[in-house]
Amino acid sequence: MRALFSFWIAHRAELAGLFGQHVLLVAGSTLIAVALGVPLGIFSSRRPRLASPLMAVASIVQTIPSLAMFGFLLPVPLIGGVGARAALVVLILYGLLPIVRTTIAGLRGIDPSIREAGVAMGMTPRELLRQVELPLALPSIVAGVRVAAVVGVGSATIAAAIGAGGLGEYIYRGLSMVDTTVILAGAVPAAALALAVDGALLWLEQQLSARRRSSSRRAAATVAAVVAAVVMLSSAAAARRSSGAIVVGSKNFTEQLVLGELLAQAIERDAGLPVDRRLNLGGTLICDQALVAGDIDVYVEYTGTALTAVFHQPVSNDSSAVFDTVRALYAKSGRTLLPPLGFNNTFAILVRGADARARGLRTIDDAARESGRWRAGFGYEFVERPDGYPGLEKTYGLRFPDPPRVMDLTLSYRALAAGQVDLIAGDATAGLIKGLDLFQLEDNRRYFPPYDAAAVARAATLLKYPQFRAALERLSGRVTAADMRAMNYAADVEHRDVPVIVREFLARTR
Amino acid sequence: MPVPAIEFRGVSFARPGQARVLDDFSLSVDAGDVLALVGRSGAGKSTLLKLVNRLLLPDQGAVFVEGRDTREWLPIALRRNVGYVLQDVGLFPHMSVADNVAVVPRLERWPAARVSTRVHELLELVGLPAHEFAARWPDELSGGQRQRVGVARALAVDPPVLLMDEPFGALDPLTRAELHAEFRHIQSRLHKTVIIVTHDMGEAFALADRVGVLEGGQLIACDRGAVVAASTDPRVRRLLDAVPMIPRPSSIAQAFRPADRGGAEGPHYS
Repeated sequence: MRALFSFWIAHRAELAGLFGQHVLLVAGSTLIAVALGVPLGIFSSRRPRLASPLMAVASIVQTIPSLAMFGFLLPVPLIGGVGARAALVVLILYGLLPIVRTTIAGLRGIDPSIREAGVAMGMTPRELLRQVELPLALPSIVAGVRVAAVVGVGSATIAAAIGAGGLGEYIYRGLSMVDTTVILAGAVPAAALALAVDGALLWLEQQLSARRRSSSRRAAATVAAVVAAVVMLSSAAAARRSSGAIVVGSKNFTEQLVLGELLAQAIERDAGLPVDRRLNLGGTLICDQALVAGDIDVYVEYTGTALTAVFHQPVSNDSSAVFDTVRALYAKSGRTLLPPLGFNNTFAILVRGADARARGLRTIDDAARESGRWRAGFGYEFVERPDGYPGLEKTYGLRFPDPPRVMDLTLSYRALAAGQVDLIAGDATAGLIKGLDLFQLEDNRRYFPPYDAAAVARAATLLKYPQFRAALERLSGRVTAADMRAMNYAADVEHRDVPVIVREFLARTR
Repeated sequence: MPVPAIEFRGVSFARPGQARVLDDFSLSVDAGDVLALVGRSGAGKSTLLKLVNRLLLPDQGAVFVEGRDTREWLPIALRRNVGYVLQDVGLFPHMSVADNVAVVPRLERWPAARVSTRVHELLELVGLPAHEFAARWPDELSGGQRQRVGVARALAVDPPVLLMDEPFGALDPLTRAELHAEFRHIQSRLHKTVIIVTHDMGEAFALADRVGVLEGGQLIACDRGAVVAASTDPRVRRLLDAVPMIPRPSSIAQAFRPADRGGAEGPHYS
């Protein structure tokens, strides 16, 4: 508890900013969903034949997991990509169903004699809608808005995966650092926000159902005022300079957050350019898509990953050959691979330190002999990649009794330490290897290709800002494997702030 | 001869896929007259009213309001010229009593001062003092009070024609008697052309100048109350016999007279 409060106090400015982004995302998407959903509900309540297929489509959209939805939208022009815009689109899609549904229900629930009275009094369809139908359906519509907003608060935490910011950033950061305090630092305010939104809209709904026009007007005015105030405060808190800034991206694990921050600080200091940080962007493919689409200008990639996951080329063990191949492939499509940073983050096959000492394990060959009694746990990417599990299994003749458990990469370290699995594939530079007393087995058959870290940037941006290129080139060869592991350790195990870690590193090596 | 305020000429009407509700039906109502139409449930009474304000259009024949075919009227203009009091009142639950009465004047874009004067006047007319009732909500009123508001609302822009669909059907006998007296009082001042639809022969005698009996989609009798009451037609007799106490001819005659407004006045047929 105390750790949580001191985290909030230490990060109060950032917390306010993320909270503001979160509120803006939810408020913006809910308002747009209302603006689209209510007319859609009115329209389909008058055309019952249209209503059921429409509701079916909306229900199907609702069942798509939000992370998958972000994935679908990545390559879509205009509405897709990464950042707040794509997140808004997804949140709007989720918000539509409850709003359309309750609008239809509200309109259908009106006593026919009341509607008939309106028609018989000579109301035009429009007057009937505005003076009679909508006011009577309003409590029901507000109930739908309430559901949409509360679901939106939850879904918006996932938007951090595509760099839209919000409280989800703490949750993802906490997950990648395996730090419950940081997870809670995002989850608790998100839950509080959901409860507050739910309470406020429930109150409004009850005021409206009481059918007291004057008081419901007061209630609506109160809620509108509160929403406006919160949105204004949020935009103030969320305001970030972004025009003309270099956008730095990163994948969603600690080392990438450190490297993203490293690029950002180097660009700010050495190139004197403003930087917009879009860190924590999901996996390789999301970052690559974002780079191609121009949503980000630079991120750090690993040569082996680029070769196999981005360009689908056969695996190779020669580090300089891989670098040249990847550089040439990137150059063909407007992307430039800069010189390597200086460390090779290859896959590390890890076991518990206690097991390694007790059984004298040193190499993956040693582990292959034990594999008949072991359970393995791997990240999603490792299971799929050609240089991942399929080849590893063949090269070393691994014989696990059950298929490997597929889990989040960062959670797999903890799963190994907790004894839920006995062997995982982690990163060679992971700080948690030291923090959780894990042991890296030697790749004695040289199975894994090189994974030299290097920045990859949009060629157009490099041309436009020569000082941007110079800043990136100055980083080449500056980060050793030991440096990287130390920074990861500081972030993952010592729970220190990434910007501080990076600032100290840059000051030390300058 | 003046043009009848409302005239049905050879009107046939059927709801889609159902038997005809009206079959070559003709009827005319002179301006200022009160006609009560009596018939059992499903005899087409409500349909008949909806043909007048063009909620429905006839399949054959034509309905004329003030000499004009309802097909030629603009529906909105026609409906604002025809007050309509519904069976279940249909007050808007989200509006106060005053706002309910003010609906049509506001649709007609009357200035606010004129609207509020008119609302005040109408509430007094239907016996609901404005200072006490204007700000109330429909769910705070008794059934009788709601029906009075319904009448005030229908009269708001002073339409020449008033249609009333079972207006007092859901009320207890005492309240109904009170409202009958109220209605006669109002009608004696306003002289609207009124069609009241009811299944209660007693109510028809109490309120109307003429009573029409509807059966099988046709008008089987239509005359002054006393004449209808004396009818020997077995179909008419059946309806008459359904009234708990058949009024004596003398009290029927009394019922036609626009009665003085007296609080203690009871129904003449009870």
